[in-house]
Amino acid sequence: MSAPILFSRGRVIDPRSQVDGVRDVLLRDGKVAEISEAPLQVPGAQVVDARGRWVLPGFIDLHVHLREPGEEGKETILTGSRSAVAGGFTAVVAMPNTKIVNDSALVTELVLSRARAANLCHVYPAGAITKGLKGEELAEMGELISAGCVCITDDGRPVMSASLMRRALQYSTLFDIPVMVHEEDLTLSGKGAMTEGPTATRLGLAPIPSSAEIVMVARDLVLLEETGGRLHIAHISCEGSVRLVREAKKRGLKVTAEATPHHFTLDDTAVGSYDTHAKMNPPLRLRRDVEALREALADGTIDAIATDHAPHGILDKQVEFEKGINGVVGLETALGLTLALVHDGVLSPLKAVELLTDGPARAFGLPGGHLGAGAPADVTLVDPEVEWAVDAERFFSKSRNTPFNGRLLKGRVTQTWVSGRLVFSDGQIKESR
Amino acid sequence: MRHLLGIEGWRREEIETLLDRAEAHLPRGSANASVLQGKVVANLFFEDSTRTRTSFEMAAKMLGAQVLNWTAAGSSVSKGETLLDTVRNIEATGPVALVIRHRSSGAPHLVAKHVRCAVINAGDGTHEHPSQALLDAFTLRKHWGKLDGRTVLIVGDILHSRVARSNILCLTALGARVVACGPPTLLPVGLKELGAEVTTNLDAALPQADAVMCLRLQLERQSESFFPSTREFSRLFGLNVARSEKMKSGALVMHPGPINRGVELAPAVADGARSVILEQVANGVAVRRAILEVCS
Repeated sequence: MSAPILFSRGRVIDPRSQVDGVRDVLLRDGKVAEISEAPLQVPGAQVVDARGRWVLPGFIDLHVHLREPGEEGKETILTGSRSAVAGGFTAVVAMPNTKIVNDSALVTELVLSRARAANLCHVYPAGAITKGLKGEELAEMGELISAGCVCITDDGRPVMSASLMRRALQYSTLFDIPVMVHEEDLTLSGKGAMTEGPTATRLGLAPIPSSAEIVMVARDLVLLEETGGRLHIAHISCEGSVRLVREAKKRGLKVTAEATPHHFTLDDTAVGSYDTHAKMNPPLRLRRDVEALREALADGTIDAIATDHAPHGILDKQVEFEKGINGVVGLETALGLTLALVHDGVLSPLKAVELLTDGPARAFGLPGGHLGAGAPADVTLVDPEVEWAVDAERFFSKSRNTPFNGRLLKGRVTQTWVSGRLVFSDGQIKESR
Repeated sequence: MRHLLGIEGWRREEIETLLDRAEAHLPRGSANASVLQGKVVANLFFEDSTRTRTSFEMAAKMLGAQVLNWTAAGSSVSKGETLLDTVRNIEATGPVALVIRHRSSGAPHLVAKHVRCAVINAGDGTHEHPSQALLDAFTLRKHWGKLDGRTVLIVGDILHSRVARSNILCLTALGARVVACGPPTLLPVGLKELGAEVTTNLDAALPQADAVMCLRLQLERQSESFFPSTREFSRLFGLNVARSEKMKSGALVMHPGPINRGVELAPAVADGARSVILEQVANGVAVRRAILEVCS
């Protein structure tokens, strides 16, 4: 049995218990044993001097693309796990739109076995809603859940058939798992390449109206109300969608939502002169949408910050804008971009941490996300004062596609502990295989 | 050497200097006939074109250059070669300028980031067509002396028109008032930010205009339901003879070509006394000579 670990005199921020102050945190046998206001003396403990650091529950990312199986040139479960722990994430939910779609227990088991081999962070697979993500027939939800999937989603694509979506929600009530949705009416988004607005008009790029997202949010909230189930809206991006979710929550519907750091940081002008690094789906929206997301993060309408970590190779981006593949890597910049909201006075430190920890844990019913006694010993240490410039060349992810290269951020992960084991420290991955 | 990727980014003085330089090329062949002697200009047309391609070719030859005419059809593009690989290979053969027409907005911008020779945008997607806007401004300036205080009405499919975008930027930079007119489905948001006023009422706007620029209507837009029929479009937004009579005396009729006769423009108006459509084509060569001089 390994020695207890004592984080001494750090600023502990644990949203679930509403703690924000200097505390000692003791980990024992892979669990949180105690949080103490008074200094603890634990014979034989490995002491981590956390003075000047924030001691936080390990971050949970509900939305990452690890690309394995099928596109290992962009990312693997191992490299994605490295990227995750370097960003302070101790758990990630892996999307099923791999090149062999995760619509069967076989693929779920493969993902889990590769994650065990990587042995860095918790990887929770998400299963597909429909076979092959084709939007035609339901995948075997029961089998996927038994094999270890924590939610189902056709992420990357909407379920265009309202009737099929209705049945997915109805059927999901058997398992009490969230149905995660990519909200996009494809007849409205069409061949659009960026959000509708003055920038799209100036650049002559086919526009995607906000309504492409909003009408699907509206549809799915209607279906949710009728069927029951749990709806989780992925990468919410528009003012109108936020308003619908806020109202639905007030009426008691079981709906949760996540926002990405790129959507709450950048607006459509980031496309600049056809920068494909700013091409994503949903597209970067207008300034008023960014403001609406920030407000919704602060008031609890949005439950979680998720990265939609989407690794791509250089050839996917060094092309004509409309041909550019959507997506941005996000695991290693998420904390800094979230803390920017704290520096801007949008979020309190407690709220910011909640959106990375307790919020996502509750949305999906995952273990962790807090530092209460008995919680998994997943801990992230942050130096809140250090300023650093994003350097994509130094990412642990296999891919470099980010619109934030060169951006100055304040606050950085210094250590990541998973199940009581140090997996990342001062820029180094601590692998044990 | 500099690029001409769009009118965006060009200041009024720069545009005026270029138009002045184009003046020196009228009448044909009068200025700097050998400035590109011994050099090669590459025309890279990833999309079909008659007017622009021949106009650039004529301009380059009149400056003494050799012209490489390359088209996507029958090239390695059909084998899946990327845009950057294609242009880098052509650049390696040594042209001083690449004149690029491409169906994707921003394609010349991508190319310009990766080559060392000049890149001239000969029309990219639904973004810009800067040489067309410059020749339009040149044509108007020849008639009016200066554009300040004049109103130019641009009519038709603004949403998909690179000619409209470049003209809004160019004509407003030169002091003109630009009004964009078309059905609401073909008016993109953000035209005001580009500098244009917007209307859907052609009959009300027409009497104020000193020039009316009709845009080519792409007939396949009907199947995409941007409007119910070409017949209805023509009734509401076509410049027919009766409408043309509401124009100010002396007001000009323009069209970037090719014309759908009887749809956006009645034949009698296209060929009538107000029409400067063939002048536009002729002036295009002078303007493109000036562009090649400045950029090469």
